[in-house]
Amino acid sequence: MRYPAIAMVLVTMLTFAGCQSMGKNSDPPDSLYHQLGERSGIASIVEDLLYRIVEDPRINEQFRGIDVRQFHTNLTDQLCELSGGPCTYSGRGMRESHEEMNVTATQFNALAENLILAMEENDIPTGAQNRLIEKLVPLYPQIRNL
Amino acid sequence: MTGMIRPISTGLLVLLLANNLAAETGSRLWATGGVTSIEGTAGGGLSPWALLGGYASDEEWGGTLTLSRAETDDYTLAVAGAGITWKNRIELSLARQTLDLDSLVFTLKDGFGLEEDELVQDVFGLKVRLFGDALYSPWGQWSAGLQHKRNHTFTVPEAIGAGDDSGTDVYVGGSKLFFAAVMDRNLLVNASVRGTRANQGGLLGFGGDRNDRYEALLEGSVGLFVTRQWLVGTEYRQKPDNLGFASEDDWWDVFIAWVPDRRLSVTAALVNLGDIATLEDQRGAYLSLQASF
Repeated sequence: MRYPAIAMVLVTMLTFAGCQSMGKNSDPPDSLYHQLGERSGIASIVEDLLYRIVEDPRINEQFRGIDVRQFHTNLTDQLCELSGGPCTYSGRGMRESHEEMNVTATQFNALAENLILAMEENDIPTGAQNRLIEKLVPLYPQIRNL
Repeated sequence: MTGMIRPISTGLLVLLLANNLAAETGSRLWATGGVTSIEGTAGGGLSPWALLGGYASDEEWGGTLTLSRAETDDYTLAVAGAGITWKNRIELSLARQTLDLDSLVFTLKDGFGLEEDELVQDVFGLKVRLFGDALYSPWGQWSAGLQHKRNHTFTVPEAIGAGDDSGTDVYVGGSKLFFAAVMDRNLLVNASVRGTRANQGGLLGFGGDRNDRYEALLEGSVGLFVTRQWLVGTEYRQKPDNLGFASEDDWWDVFIAWVPDRRLSVTAALVNLGDIATLEDQRGAYLSLQASF
């Protein structure tokens, strides 16, 4: 583990992950949000994604120094909202937050790969994985500042 | 088909060895390097795609090694290929095609007094990604390429009316992956236009008595990712008809590709090559092994 501090925060987060359930709601069983395991399922995917990012030399430098807990909450909310769940993303705009990062295609691909692997780790069906990626693809030019 | 076992198993050993030498591959997502076409460039089996071979993304190098074999009723085609891709921008490739004439040997001997049992051709390929990304751009990815082809011996093509023993195909094509397009599965669509004088891909020479000029011909394919490791699809390739000696048909196939990870792909296909040099309705099986590094 190259970033023990980040790992510590992740482990702490794990402990609280169970408390973040959004309670009962009535989304249809074939909705993307439901297939991703609702907010707690998405939180688990994002957590596994963060572990992968930390271990990935292609992109971990880009995440150095972030507030991991805040990032986890924001990304979970964002994916929850994108997938049709009852969440509101309250972080900065994608273009604004990536403006200074010079994200390369290599780094974007690395993140996409880690997200897919994190979804597989959480037994998300192929169709739901594809539907989530479909919703993320329009963010590509904003993240890469194109 | 039994004739395929030994060369393929030898090939597998070579590929596994190559795999062990190169544990790291590029960062593009799985299967986005396509497989290797019989002309050495990234594509399906019969037609080039706008994707570049291997997995090099914009900061990386990558490459492929491929062995392929097609056996139809009266012919056997073996292809050994290698390609290298720089920063997902430029792909250079090399392929050697060896066509065993099998049944045609007798036609050539009786009709032309020729003693040839195989035709060999080298294909030198260059492909440049012009713009776009097959996954992330709404308009897909567009590339242009050249395939310079040289016959080793020209005796047979010349005897049946071909004009030249070398030629250069040029093509422009687009590839686009549509996420969650069919039953929530990702759909890959490729289309290209090729300018060519090549008879049967060039193995029967270039130009001929019936037509000696470049023609613009269409090629296309669709593939569905059942999972990220399994791609099934079909390809179609329009062909010229330059030789009075025998008519030439369009090619098509149905294929299934298995891409367990970035380092290895295995493609099997049923190919329909139509009439080739008077021998009718050539159908058969195609198998291709590709290693990426």
